[in-house]
Amino acid sequence: MISENFGKYKYNEIDKYIELGGFTGLKTAFEKGKQHVIDELKISGLRGRGGAAFPTWQKWKGGLNELEQETFVICNADEGEPATFKDRELLSQDPYKVIEGLTISGYMRSAKTGTIYLREEYTYMKHQLETAIELSRKKGYLGKNILGTGFDFDIRVFSGAGAYVCGEGSALIESMEGKSGKPRLKAPRISSKGYLQMPTQSNNVESLAVAATILKIGASKYAEHGYGESVGTKLISICGNVNKPAVYEIPFGITLRQIIEEVAGGVENNKKVKFLQLGGVSGPLVPASLLDTRYTYEDLWDLDLGIGSGAILVADEDMSVIEYIKLANNFFHHESCGKCIPCREGVHVYKKIIDKLLNKTAKKSDIDYLLEVGTLMNETSFCGLGQTAATPVLKAIKYFRDELYTGTID
Amino acid sequence: MSNEYIDNILSNFDFSKIELLPILTEIQKQNKDNYISDDISDYVATKLKMPKARVDEVITFFSAINTSRKGKIVLQLCESTVCGVKKKHLIGEAIQEKLNIKLGETTPDNLFTFEHTPCFGACDIAPAMRVNGIVHGNLTVEKVLLLLDQLSKDGENNK
Repeated sequence: MISENFGKYKYNEIDKYIELGGFTGLKTAFEKGKQHVIDELKISGLRGRGGAAFPTWQKWKGGLNELEQETFVICNADEGEPATFKDRELLSQDPYKVIEGLTISGYMRSAKTGTIYLREEYTYMKHQLETAIELSRKKGYLGKNILGTGFDFDIRVFSGAGAYVCGEGSALIESMEGKSGKPRLKAPRISSKGYLQMPTQSNNVESLAVAATILKIGASKYAEHGYGESVGTKLISICGNVNKPAVYEIPFGITLRQIIEEVAGGVENNKKVKFLQLGGVSGPLVPASLLDTRYTYEDLWDLDLGIGSGAILVADEDMSVIEYIKLANNFFHHESCGKCIPCREGVHVYKKIIDKLLNKTAKKSDIDYLLEVGTLMNETSFCGLGQTAATPVLKAIKYFRDELYTGTID
Repeated sequence: MSNEYIDNILSNFDFSKIELLPILTEIQKQNKDNYISDDISDYVATKLKMPKARVDEVITFFSAINTSRKGKIVLQLCESTVCGVKKKHLIGEAIQEKLNIKLGETTPDNLFTFEHTPCFGACDIAPAMRVNGIVHGNLTVEKVLLLLDQLSKDGENNK
């Protein structure tokens, strides 16, 4: 459903997109109104697909109250979470659906302008997106008086410059305002004071594409898929030691084992899974003993795990957990913006101790210190980056403590 | 280098302070040395009527903006988890040995710079590397050595 158009048209073929039923979701929104959109999103159970999993209808329902102030909408295409590349596929294989989703988001907020914030690493897609925007304008899906409804809306592509933290809404906005991308203190949240102090609504690429899909096919049809409260389907990016690493659309509810074996072609070289990391480098490590867990928000939350962005990294039995947490922490050491102390100093302490583990000169008490510092980072960091930077290490302590002890001298 | 191209860029963005990031990105793109020098930072700050410290903060914050001159060809090997699981260290070692430089260094002929970079979303073809922004994936030691030979040859021809 989300990926229904993959491989079916090129970025400059807007007519093909329209033939495939494109812009039906936008027309539905115009015809049936804002309340209908909220109702449909509610039935669909759609949660933010960037990783935060906040119910989209709750984020969007603010649009029901007319605001006097101009509002701004953003499509967050700053897909920087390692192991995540599903938005890349949406942007390259179905750019019009993203444009349609952002336009619906703009309609909901009575916004005049929307921005696709494209990560620097995806700059090669900027021209394609701008062409798609231009063609949408020519066909009357963007610009003045869209489809004769009186709604004016246009989209700009803004290129990031290589900073993971800019995936965080307020940091993203800071960089759009010509500043370094450091998160703002909340409150106020960006929904009340965002870009240029305007109320701002930011959604992940996939969330917008799913919203457009739901309005096209109807939420009840979308809800035929899924399991329990995790309704519908999800784009996952599975990679690492699997035979067929790629983006797949899967229904919620199949197990992690099924995803690896039936969807991604099993583990490379017939090896065994040692662990997974879900949702990118800020997500939890999952040991092989939990592979029969269903891939739903609820089943994973029950185990203190999470879907996050939809990334699934598979590591086989050859991968050392100590080396792995070194790679994970290197990332945060590089990307921490340095604004708040727990994150800035925490990743540094982590680096020192992990190096000791690698050199087999750590003490058992160092592991306890990792736990203490990690908990502090999680509870007191300023933004999501710092709050989740310790997650892989904390899960390594939980599930692989004995292996970590191989790096200690006592 | 004359500052005319900078003036053009600034005027295209209406000398708007909030457009500082795209302004700097564009200047770097058009600058033949592919970085923002201290002089350029000073010039932009003056033209935009803002403190140079504010411009420098943005320049140094974003990894896509360079603060020093780089080789003609910048090799950026992904150092993130997926490429790690897919043994990117073997690729990195091969590059350093072949070019006889260490991580972060530039070859004496100024042709190659070798760097690590965080994930750029090519995890389905890990281990992966960006060469002047173009992604090369499913790298093996053999493949990367061939690629370096090809790039050296192209570099010679363009001299």
